[in-house]
Formats: sequence, C-alpha cells, structure tokens
Amino acid sequence: MTPAPRRVRFGVVVFPGSNCDADAHHAIGNVMGQKVEYVWHGRTDLEGFDCIVLPGGFSYGDYLRTGAIARFSPVMNEVARFVERGGLVLGICNGFQILLEAGMLPGAMLRNESLQFRCLYVHLRVENTDTPFTRACRPGQILRIPIAHAEGNYTARPEVVEDLERTGRVVFRYVNEAGEATPEANPNGSVANIAGIVNAAGNVLGLMPHPERCTEELLGSADGRYIFESIVAHVLAEGGPRGPTAGSPGGGVVG
Amino acid sequence: MSKPGNRAAVWEEVGLTEDEYGRIVGILGREPNHTELGMFGLMWSEHCSYKTSKVHLRLLPTTGKRIVVGPGENAGVADLGDGFLVAWKMESHNHPSAIEPYQGAATGVGGILRDIFTMGARPIACLDSLRFGHLDTARARYLVGGVVAGIAGYGNTTGIPTVGGEIYFDDCYRDNCLVNVMCVGLLHGDRVIRGRAERPGNVVLLVGNRTGRDGIHGASLLASREFDEKAEEMRPAVQVADPFVEKLLIEACLELSTWDGLVGINDLGAAGLTSAASEMASRAGTGLDLDISRVPRREPGMNPYEVMLSESQERMLVVVKKGREKEALDIFAKWGLNAAIIGKVTGDGMLRLRDRGNGAGGEGDGSTRVVAEIPARALAHDAPAYDRPRAEPAYLAEARRLDLDKVPEPARDAYAGVFRGLLASPNIACKEWVWRQYDHMVRINTLVLPGSDAAVLRLKHDEPLTRTGEGRAAPDAAPAGARQATGIASADDVAQAAGVERGIALSTDGNGRYAYLDPYTGGAQAVAEAARNVVCAGAEPVGLTNCLNFANPEDPGIMWQFRKVIEGMAEACRVLETPVTGGNVSFYNETMDQPIFPTPVIGMLGYLDDVERRMTAGFKKAGGAVLLAGETREELGGSEYLKLVTGEVRGLPPAVDLGREKALQEFVLAAIRAGLVHSAHDCAEGGLAVALAECAFLAEPGARGLDADVKASIDPQEPDMRLDAILFGETQSRVVLSCDLSRLDTLYAMAKKYGVPLARLGTVRDGRFVLRAGKTPVIEETTAELEAIWRRALPEALE
Repeated sequence: MTPAPRRVRFGVVVFPGSNCDADAHHAIGNVMGQKVEYVWHGRTDLEGFDCIVLPGGFSYGDYLRTGAIARFSPVMNEVARFVERGGLVLGICNGFQILLEAGMLPGAMLRNESLQFRCLYVHLRVENTDTPFTRACRPGQILRIPIAHAEGNYTARPEVVEDLERTGRVVFRYVNEAGEATPEANPNGSVANIAGIVNAAGNVLGLMPHPERCTEELLGSADGRYIFESIVAHVLAEGGPRGPTAGSPGGGVVG
Repeated sequence: MSKPGNRAAVWEEVGLTEDEYGRIVGILGREPNHTELGMFGLMWSEHCSYKTSKVHLRLLPTTGKRIVVGPGENAGVADLGDGFLVAWKMESHNHPSAIEPYQGAATGVGGILRDIFTMGARPIACLDSLRFGHLDTARARYLVGGVVAGIAGYGNTTGIPTVGGEIYFDDCYRDNCLVNVMCVGLLHGDRVIRGRAERPGNVVLLVGNRTGRDGIHGASLLASREFDEKAEEMRPAVQVADPFVEKLLIEACLELSTWDGLVGINDLGAAGLTSAASEMASRAGTGLDLDISRVPRREPGMNPYEVMLSESQERMLVVVKKGREKEALDIFAKWGLNAAIIGKVTGDGMLRLRDRGNGAGGEGDGSTRVVAEIPARALAHDAPAYDRPRAEPAYLAEARRLDLDKVPEPARDAYAGVFRGLLASPNIACKEWVWRQYDHMVRINTLVLPGSDAAVLRLKHDEPLTRTGEGRAAPDAAPAGARQATGIASADDVAQAAGVERGIALSTDGNGRYAYLDPYTGGAQAVAEAARNVVCAGAEPVGLTNCLNFANPEDPGIMWQFRKVIEGMAEACRVLETPVTGGNVSFYNETMDQPIFPTPVIGMLGYLDDVERRMTAGFKKAGGAVLLAGETREELGGSEYLKLVTGEVRGLPPAVDLGREKALQEFVLAAIRAGLVHSAHDCAEGGLAVALAECAFLAEPGARGLDADVKASIDPQEPDMRLDAILFGETQSRVVLSCDLSRLDTLYAMAKKYGVPLARLGTVRDGRFVLRAGKTPVIEETTAELEAIWRRALPEALE
C-alpha cells in the first residue's frame, strides 16, 4: 500500500480559561493545513497525536499562580506519558507556565519587571536549530513574533541556566532588530533574555511569544510558521511518538 | 410596613420621590413591601430607567439598511452580509471606577461583554474611551493606573482583544473620571438570541457566580447621584470582578446559543436579578414565578431584598424549553459553572417572587410564600418619563467669548517650541503606555493595531462561535493554497490561502471641550469624527453606539446641554447615514458642584468588504505627495493649542458642516477603495501640524518625514489667516492623504467630482520634518527628535 501524504496530527488542549486555543487551532488547521483537534482538559488519552499544544490564556484564571492549577488537570498526567513516549509538546505562554509548574521544564516565572502586562512584537534569535521546533530555521535567524503576558520573567538557579546554555536548550532569546541580546530588547526581565527553552530530551518546548499569532502576512508577520513547519518536518522525518500508541489513524506512518 | 410618619424615609432610602411612590401604589393597588419598593427603586433609577433621557433619545435615528437590532435589546446588531452579523454596544462605568478604579473598570468590561454574548455573539474586540484629570495630580495618576490595569486584567483574562479607544485629560474629570467601554461581537447566520422569557411553562435558570451582598444599590445610589465627600464610603457598592468565571460563561452561553432548547438569555448587570427578570418577562409580555430560596448564595441569611438587589458579577438568567433543563444543566456543569433552576415563565405578566420560610425551621417543609408580586412591565418599561426643565446655562456666553487679539501669535522662532509642547501634551502624545498593557492581538483578527485612526479587524469565516473542546477536527480538505509539505511558504501562498476577507473598522470619539462650548456642535462633531476615522481606515460607516456622560440633569443648564448634544448627534446621524443602535446615558457626573464637560462618546462600526484595502495613517513612500482633503479655516476656539498657551477652554468650537463632512468622507473612501492613496489620517486635536507629525511618526521606514507648506491648506477666502490657526486650529472635515505622484491627477479629478477641496501641501521625505508658511520654514526638526517627545510624554507623566 502506498502511504498517502501524511498530515501531522496536532491536539490543542482546552483548559478552563485557555484563550489562545482557537488561534492555535486556526493557525495549525487553516493556515498550516495540518490535522488539529481540541483536547478537553479532562481527557486521559492522547493516542495518535504527534504534537500536543498547551495554548496561551489564563487557565483557571491564573488564580494562585500562573499555571499552578492547570498542572493538576487530568490531561496533564497523560501529557507527561506522551512526552515519555517521545511525543512533541509545544507550550505557548500560559502553556509554558504550566510546563514549568508541572516540572516538565526547569525554572519558574516571575512577574514582568515592569509589573505590567505587555503586548507587543519582539525579535527572537534562534539559538539552536537542532530541535524538532526549529529545524526549519537558519542558525541565528531573527523571528518577529508578538508577546502578550504579565508573567514572562523567566528565572532559574544559576546552575540551571548554565546547564541550559551549555546543552543548547535555550532555543529562543529576546534580541533587538540587529540580533543583539540587549537589556532594552528584553521585554520582561528574563534571565539571559531567555524566551524559550526545551527539555533535556528535546521534545518539549516552552516559549512566551505566540507563534500562532503570526502565521499570516496579513497579521503583520508570518514568522510563527517556522516553528510549525519545523514540527511538521520533524514528524514527517522521524515519525510520531514511540510505543504501542504511535502512528496515525488516518495515513501511513512515514520514516 | 410603611408607617405614615416614616414614609419620607421609605422612598428616599431607595432613591425615589414621593410622586413616584404614589405611582407605585397606584400600579400595585396597595403599598409596596420593603422588597418590592427596593426593586422599584432600582428599576426606576435614572441609571436603569432613562427616565430623564428617554424623551430626548427618541430624536436619534435608529434604523438603517444594515441594522437588524436597534435599541431596546442588550446590544445593537448590524448585518454586514456574507452571513456576518455584528453586535456592538457601549456602556459607562464612571462612578465605580472613580471610587475603586481597578474593580470599577474591570466590572465595566465584564458588563459590556455580557451584553454581547447574551445575544449569542462571540465577543471579538473591546475599545475604551477614558477621561481623567490632569496627570499632575497623584489622584489622576492613581485613577489612570488602576483603570488601565482593571481593563487589562479583565479583557486579557477573558481573551478579548482591546484594540483601541481614546484617553483625554482635563481638570473637570479629576474626581469623576469617565470609563466608557465598547464591546463588539460576531454572530454567524441569523440566530440572534433575545433577552425574552417566551412561553408560559418554560424554565428559568440562574447561572454563574453565586449571589452575595456586593453591589447592593450600585445602580440606584452610586450611579444615579452625584458624588460628595462621602463617596469613598460607597466603596462596598462597587462589585468585584471574576474574569475567569466570565470566560467560562462566554463559552457556556455561546454553546447554549446553538442549542435548540434555548429560549432567551439576559445578563444580570445593574439592578441584578430584578432587572434581568423583569426585562425578560416584559419584553416577551409574560411573567415569571421565581423561588428565590433556590438562588445560590455566597453567604447564609440573605433576605429577599438583598437577593433581588445584589449586583454580584458574572451571572446570567437563562430561559430554556420546558423538559430540556437537564441538557442545559449539563452544558453548565461541563464548564464548571453553578446553575440552578429558580422558576418558570407564566402567562399573567407578573414578576412573582417566592421564598421558603424565614430562617430556621422553615426551609425543610417545602412550602413557599410570595414575598413580592409586581407587573413585570411596570418595573422594566413603565418607569415615569420626565421632560425636565432646560435653560441655556449661564457659563456659555462668557466661555464662548474669545478675543484672539489677546492671544498673541507666537514669534516665528517660537513655533517649534509650541509644537513640541503640543506633542508632549498627554491629550496628543502617543498612548502606547496604555495599549501595550492590553492584549490587542488575541483571536488573531487585529490587522490595524492601536494607534491609527481606527482599529481594523478581519472577520474570519471560521471564527469559532463555540468551543466544545471535543473532537472538532479541522476540515479534511486543506484550504486552497495551504501548505502541506515542509518548507516555508511565500507571502503569496499565505494570502492566497486566506482569500478575500471581510473586515470591520472601529473607533470611539468624543470631545468634551467642544460640547462644553457648544453642545449641538459637540454632538454632531463626535459622530462626524467617529465616522471620519473609520473612513480613514477604508471602511464604510455602518452605525453607532454611544455613551452620553453628563452632570446632574436636575440642573436645567445640564439638561439643556443634553438636549442640544442629542440634537447635534441626531442631525449628524441622519446626514452621515449612521443610525444609533443603542448605548447608555450616565448622569450625575459631578463632584461637589464641579460638573464634567458634557461628554458624548461615539462608538462607530465601519465595514470593509476587502481587508486588503484597509488604510492606515502613516506615510508609506518617500517622494509621495502630501495632500489635504478639506480646507483649513481660522478656528482656534476649544483647541488643545489654546488650552496650552492660555490655560483656557474658550471660544466657539470648530464648526461642523455636515454636507461638507459627508462629501469629504465619500471622497476619501472612494479614493482608498480605488487604490489611489498610500495613507489617510484625520486632523483632530492639535490640528494640521500634529496630524502631519503623526503621519511621519507612524510611517514605514524610509518615509518618516516631510517637507510641506501648511499655507496651501487654507480657504482661499481667508488669505491672511493667523499662522497658529493654520498649524494648530482644529477645523473639522479635514484628512491628510499621501499618494504616488502618478495618482495626483486622478485624485484631483475625483475630489472635484465630490466637491471636496484638495490641495497638495508637499512631499514625503525621510528623516526630517519641515513645515513652511509659503517658502519660509516654521518648524524644521528631525522626525526622530519630535517622535521621541511624542512617545515619551505619557510614560514620563505616569511613571
């Protein structure tokens, strides 16, 4: 049987209070042309997905602490198992905060240094193109992507930051238009201008900026496509998560 | 309960008059009890009943070719074709914000969101029109910080982008700030949900937050009286916002709106359950029989009066078909919301409230007693209407007197300094400090971000109305042009995938100074400018909502202002073909005899049939022509310039000639649609010089500056016009355009056809900003230096 051209299957988790879930759904499904469906926070089975997106928003109102309640959602246990199987997880903004709270990425978020919410376009420098989320990027490429958060001031113990740097797990850094990681280019006070990191295995990315907000030139930038294109390229090249639940119900498994 | 000797206290406690009390006794055929009187007090308050304003509001035109729902429902609705219906509405939350700025503003946003999703519309944008005192007082800075944070806290959390608005500062708003919030929502198809309790037997549910003792008397006492030194004591009457519950309500109610068991929804805003219940019944000509012991409470021991008057936020009243209530409860349970069946629809027109015993022992036996029984219509729609006395206020004659001979023109070499002062005025300076705190991009529809004349949003055909969260995969066939393979698509691929998209343009406008100096002109000008702004974005004005902010209507001078503003608005609405679909009136905006300027705020909706033809204010290409459509007259009255150099708000405001305005707007829209211009920007506060500067500040790289002769803009009848009036006067019906030189002849011909004066002022240049009077430079600076002044002023004033 000749495998049909396969589309990558994304799941966008809907927590109570998620509000960028529809945007991710639109960007992945309508713009990128991939398969995408919503995953309810109570769901305990992620079979057949290639990539799970934890979207931006204010899960559970971000009451207590950003992401602190969402990490206890039933779906998060399953997300952890999905990650162990090698599935890709993309945590955007609140999704990043949830991954930190869940211990799936190291470090924590403080309030922005300004103590105010910030919504604006920033420039990101791609620090590592050898990840499933950046393989379509050029080394050192500058991406123009919006942020929108009040608590994106990434922090971690010095040895953790050092380890992240040494192992190439700092994937995105806030820079100016010229690509320099200056204090002025840092919109929230993050240590070392860190905007996004991956886990040690490389299959979990958390980032504060919103790639789903910029996949169409009409919106002012299409640079977010590089991240989704990378994921698609990776899955098509490497296949989906390992284990008994791997594979896609709709098409043949490539790779 | 009301002993004759106590009567005065009885009606005064709920803010009513003796006459009104007598009327209530007439309606009921008996004396009202304590609960009933409280309910009348709320519903017949100025805030809820519009008893002072409604005889005048009738002057406003409310019908138009695209208007599907006009005033009277929770929001107006326009049909933009292609299956797009847009609901929009604006409301004030002035007094709560003045007392507790964060919560006051946040709950203001919450209330207007509910008005929109109540209609079955997905909220897609908010705009805010704000007024504060001068930033040199700590109180003004406190209010600005709190209000902006409150709007951000609520809008950002619920995921509704705040895409625009306006903010002005004047002494008169020092203690009584204005917070007017507009929300816009999108419906697909033709299912507009009405706030109607149709059909006896249907079931009534109360959904959302539990009912507490917060906000009691918010509408009757807080919103319907002026402030005094005791205002701080009213802090408990301000409600506390819970945007997380609101977000759940949005999703649950929108899911409900596509379910065939739904009959009607109404939000619980001002006047809480009393208002929602009586309005739903009255609109449908039915009655409601409610067992208020079933209302979920925050605390024990609340009496019927407190339950009915509570203004606890994030609550909805929902009527569903008999026998379908379980399905509705399941939807709310899925979203983790409280929902309780509290009664049923009846056919007798009465709002009947029952309670179960009174405290210990009475609750278990299942028996109820009637604690209130009032014709629903009497509460919701039969409040008295007053045509209060009106008289031209005494201040006007003096305030309008402006002797320009006593306002010396600046020396030639002083203009640059004056101009810098204007750019640094908080009324003119860049407002990024405000909007960077708002998520203005979420829902990925915002095409023109804050800072231009109007926000532009696309309307997505797949804009999700509901989110079930379960198994809604993208359509199997990928849209044409969407990429399936790896590699990065070109911009063309993306555009092709998107296809032609429809859009809307949104603007809020109102100038209290103009309305103070000439209420009629101020009313007309607010409508004209709001329409002009959406035109400058390339949109056709469709209709408007509004907030009318005034001082105490019991003062005949204030009432006269109100009437004149409405007359001016009505005439502008007729000429510009922009009907009014709703809005609100906020009276009693004064503190210890310091009234605010009469401040009408217009929320305009415009329609773009192709978002690719949207327009922005900034210059695009060096070498292009800079033009002015319309012409400058010698009008300095009420201007920001005059306030800056004399400290006074004085003179006659710039005249509004609606015929000219209509012609101008038609010309500008035609020029944009024909692809003839690169940019379009309204001339507003600060006049031509400031408008030109903004075109340069907002320009594309390489086009950030100009060389222009401002004298080319003047009416040929007035060759000797003062230079300060040419530069800084605020003559209406003017738009700065820029275009490719090759388009000039076509543009001139088009302007002639529309009867609009069009003059070339100069040329777009990069880097330098040069304004000349004839050939002589008056202002000659680097654009970057001027822009830095304009950008830094507000952060510096606030931080």
